[in-house]
Amino acid sequence: MSCTVSMTVNGKTVSREVEERTLLVTFLREHLGLTGTHVGCDTSQCGACVVHVDGRSVKSCTALAVQADGADVTTIEGLAAADGTLHPMQAAFREHHGLQCGFCTPGMVMSAVDLVRENPNPTEAEIREGLEGNICRCTGYHNIVKAVKAGADAMAGAQATPVAAE
Amino acid sequence: MANPNGIGASVRRREDQRFLTGRGNYTDDFKRLNMTHAVHVRSPYAHARILGIDFADAAAMPGVVAVLTGADMEADKVGSLPCGWQIHSKDGSPMKEPPHYPLARDRVRYVGDAVAVVIAETREQARDAAEMVVVDYEELPAVGSSTRAIDGGAPLVHDDAPDNVCFDWHLGDKAAVDAAFANAAHVARIDLVNQRLVPNAMEPRAAMGEYDQSSGEYTLTTTSQNPHVTRLLMGAFVLGIPEHKLRVMAPDVGGGFGSKIFHYGEEAVVTWAARRVGRPVKWTADRSESFLTDAHGRDHVSHAELAMDADGNFLALRVSTLANLGAYLSTFAPSIPTYLYATLLAGQYKTPAIYAEVKAVFTNTSPVDAYRGAGRPEACYLIERLVDVAAGVVGMDKTEIRRRNFVPKEAMPYQTPVALQYDTGDFAKNLDIALPLVDYPGFQRRRAESKARGKLRGIGFATYIEACGIAPSNVAGALGARAGLYECAEVRFHPTGSVTVFTGSHSHGQGHETTFAQIVAERFGIPIENVEIVHGDTNKIPFGMGTYGSRSLAVGGSALVKAMDKVERKARKIAAHMLEAAETDIEVKDGRFTVAGTDKSLGIGDIALQAYVPHNFPLDELEPGLDEQAFYDPKNFTYPNGCHVCELEIDPDTGVTTIVNFAAVDDFGNVINPLIVEGQVHGGLVQGIGQALYENCVYDEESGQLVTGSYMDYCMPRADDVPSFTVRYHEDQPCTHNPLGVKGCGEAGTIGAAAAVMNAVVDALSDYGVTHMDMPATPEKVWRVIRDATPAMAAE
Repeated sequence: MSCTVSMTVNGKTVSREVEERTLLVTFLREHLGLTGTHVGCDTSQCGACVVHVDGRSVKSCTALAVQADGADVTTIEGLAAADGTLHPMQAAFREHHGLQCGFCTPGMVMSAVDLVRENPNPTEAEIREGLEGNICRCTGYHNIVKAVKAGADAMAGAQATPVAAE
Repeated sequence: MANPNGIGASVRRREDQRFLTGRGNYTDDFKRLNMTHAVHVRSPYAHARILGIDFADAAAMPGVVAVLTGADMEADKVGSLPCGWQIHSKDGSPMKEPPHYPLARDRVRYVGDAVAVVIAETREQARDAAEMVVVDYEELPAVGSSTRAIDGGAPLVHDDAPDNVCFDWHLGDKAAVDAAFANAAHVARIDLVNQRLVPNAMEPRAAMGEYDQSSGEYTLTTTSQNPHVTRLLMGAFVLGIPEHKLRVMAPDVGGGFGSKIFHYGEEAVVTWAARRVGRPVKWTADRSESFLTDAHGRDHVSHAELAMDADGNFLALRVSTLANLGAYLSTFAPSIPTYLYATLLAGQYKTPAIYAEVKAVFTNTSPVDAYRGAGRPEACYLIERLVDVAAGVVGMDKTEIRRRNFVPKEAMPYQTPVALQYDTGDFAKNLDIALPLVDYPGFQRRRAESKARGKLRGIGFATYIEACGIAPSNVAGALGARAGLYECAEVRFHPTGSVTVFTGSHSHGQGHETTFAQIVAERFGIPIENVEIVHGDTNKIPFGMGTYGSRSLAVGGSALVKAMDKVERKARKIAAHMLEAAETDIEVKDGRFTVAGTDKSLGIGDIALQAYVPHNFPLDELEPGLDEQAFYDPKNFTYPNGCHVCELEIDPDTGVTTIVNFAAVDDFGNVINPLIVEGQVHGGLVQGIGQALYENCVYDEESGQLVTGSYMDYCMPRADDVPSFTVRYHEDQPCTHNPLGVKGCGEAGTIGAAAAVMNAVVDALSDYGVTHMDMPATPEKVWRVIRDATPAMAAE
C-alpha cells in the first residue's frame, strides 16, 4: 500500500508517493537523498538519526514518514545558513574537536541544538544527561561536552570562548 | 613555529566541514543507477547441518531479482576467506585452518553464519523475501565458550580440529621461569577473564559491488580500514579477480576500532553477485547483524603467577591463556592472542624470565579478531591486576612496587625476555607526572571522607607499553605474517605548486586529512590549504597496508617523509639547474632552495612549475615532473607507554561505581596535532572504561545463542556514564628509528584504562576482602560481592 506524504524539509516543500511503512529516516535518505541523517542501530538507542520535526528532536528511525505529514522537518543539511555559515553548534563541534569519524555527529548536533533550546545554559551534568540518547564510540564524549557548552554560549549570543592553538 | 599549521599545532580538522553539514560519503550513502539491495539469510542456530534450502516462494516475491546460495558460489568456484597469519604449535605443527566460505555450504557454525542472499529492487523487498527462504536445518550440539570447547567430549566445531584446538603455542624460557619460581620468596597468583567485547563502530558494515560488462572491471565500495588488503585477499583468494580488474574503495568510514580491518564474506558476496545479476548490489548491516557478524574482540581466560624476591623485585612471570577464536579464523585472528599479546607481557617491568602458553580454540560463536588494542589490552590488564595482587602479597605501596620494577630509562634500548626490544621510554617520569594530577598523598583523607558519607573510595594505577607501528616486515614474517607490513606514500606536486598526497593509510576518524597535511605544509613551507590528502581508493593509491595498530603516523607518516625526501632531492637538482649552480651548493630550508652564500633562491612552487614546463632540462640527467613515491618498512615496532590513574567511588547500597577522577599520562613520542592526539586518548579511555564497567558480550554456553545482541542488552558507555579526563603527554622520549620520532596514540587509552579502573574497583572493595573481580564491574556484580561479604546482610 502506498500513500502520498508531504512536508517541508529544510525549508522546501516536498511530496512523494511512498509505502505506508516507510520510516521517516528512509524517506529522508532514500527518497530525498538527504544522506546526512544516519542509521546506527535498529532499536532507537544510538541517536545517529535525530532530526527536528516542528523544532523538536526526533529519532527518525522510530517515526513513520506519514507521521511527519504536514510537518516542518530540519535535517543536518538544513542547519547551516544558506550561505554556508555554520550554525553556532556546528562551529563549536569543529572548534572543540567534538567529532572524529563523523557518523554520530549529525544526530549529536541536532540533539545538542534541541537540548540548548530547552535549557539555554546547561551544566556539564545536564549536557551529559541530555545526550544520553546519542551514542558516540570515538570521542569519549569529553570534547562533545565542551562543544555543546561552547555552542550553548554562542547560541545565547555570548562570546564563544576562544580556544587558542595550544 | 614557522608554519602556523605545521607540526605541533592544534589545527582544526579539515574533514569536519563535510561531516558537520551532512555531506560525508559513507558506503550506504552511495547510490547507483539500477542498484539492487542484498539481505542475507542467516543461521538462527549456533551449529547445524544444512539439509536443504527452499527459496521458491522467496524468489516469487515482489521485486526479487535473485536468491543465491553457497551452492551457487561453489559452482562459480568461489574460494574460502583467507587468513593472513599462521601460527605453529609447540610441537611445530601448523595451526588448524578450516575453510570459511562467504555463504555456508553444508554446515553453519555460529548464529549469524550466512546461508543465502536475497537480492531485490529495494531493501524492504529483499528483507521481506529473506523471511520467506526456508532452510531445513538439522541442529547439532554447540560449543558456546572456550572453557566448554576444551571440556573433554565437547562437540567439534570443525571435524579436523580435535578437541577444538586451533593451535597450542608458547613463548619464552620455561626452564628459566621454573628455576626462578623454585627460589622465590613470594608468589602472587591470579585467575582472570578478559571478557568478549563487540567493537561497535557507529557505522554498521556495508558493501556495494559493481561490475562493468564492457571492461570486465569490478568495483567494491566497502567499510574498510585497508582497501588494498581487501583487494588482495578477495581478488586473489576468494573470487579470482586480478588486481587491474578490481577496484576497492573505502570512502568515509564511520569508525573501525579493528572490526573493519578484516575481509568479510559480504564483500565477496556483493562483488560476485553484481556480475551474476548484472546490476550493482548494495548490502548494509543493521545493528543486529553487526552484533552477530562483526569480528568480536578479547575473550581470554588466563591464569598467571609472578615470582618475587623478599624485597618485591620481580623474578619471573608465568602465564597460561585460553583464547577463543570463534567459529572460523578471521583475517588476523591468530596473531592477536600470540604476537600482539604474549610479547607484551613484560610490560614496563624488568622481569628477567617470562613464559607464556596460549591455547586457541574454535567455538560456535562469531569470529574473534583485533579490537582496539588487540592483545595489548589483554596483556596490560593481566600484568597490572597481577602487580596489584603482588603489592598486597609483599605489603608494598602500589606505586612503589611498580617504580621498583620499572625498566629504567638508562637501560634503553631494552631487550625483553619475550622477543621485543623497547627503544625508548621513561616510565618513572610518567608516574611522576601522574601522581600530582590525582593528589596521591591526599587519597587516604578522601577515602575517609567518602567512608563518612557511607561510600567506598578506591584508586587504581595502570602502566602500559604497547608495540605499535606494525610492523617490521622481516620480524612480522618470522612471527607468521603472510605479508610484509610496510606503508606507501606518493607526493605529487602540481605545476602551480599545490600538492596531492596519496597515502596507503586510511582515516576513519583519525583525522589524517589534517595531520598528514600539516607534515607536508611544514616541510615545504606552504599553506595547508594547498595540500590535499587522498586515501581509500586502490585505483589512486600505489599500495597500502591500511590503518590499525596505531600505525598510520609511525609507518604511513614515515613513508610520507621518505617520499618528501625524494621530492626534495629532485627539486634540488631542478634548482641547481635553474640557478646554474652545483647541486651541492644548494641549501634547502622550509621549501626554499638557495645557492649557499648568495641571494639566489627559488621557492618550491617555482621549481614545481619548471618541473612541468621545462624547456632546457639536461634530459639525460633530469626528467620532467615532480612526483615521487616511497615505501617505508619500519626497523622496529614503536613503543607508546604511559601511566593511567583512576579514582572512583562505589555506593554500597546500589553497587553503582562513579569515576571521580581519571588522569592519563602518555608518551607518544613527538606529537603532530595535540588536539587530535588528546581526542584519541579520550575515546580510547572510554572504550577501556566501557570494558571495565559496562560492556560484556555474552553467548549462552549450551545453545551458542548471542544473549547481548542489541544496544538494549549490550551496555555501551553513554555521556552520563563517564567523566571528563585529565590528559597529559610528554615528548622527551621520541621514537629513535622513524623520521618523525612518533610512536602512535590510537590504542593507548583503551589499553591502560580497563586495568586502572578495575584496580580502583578492587581497591575500593578491599575492606570486604576482595582481591579480584572480573569485568565488567556492573552494579549488580559489585552489590552481590558486598552483600556476600557482609554476614549481617547475607543472613537476611
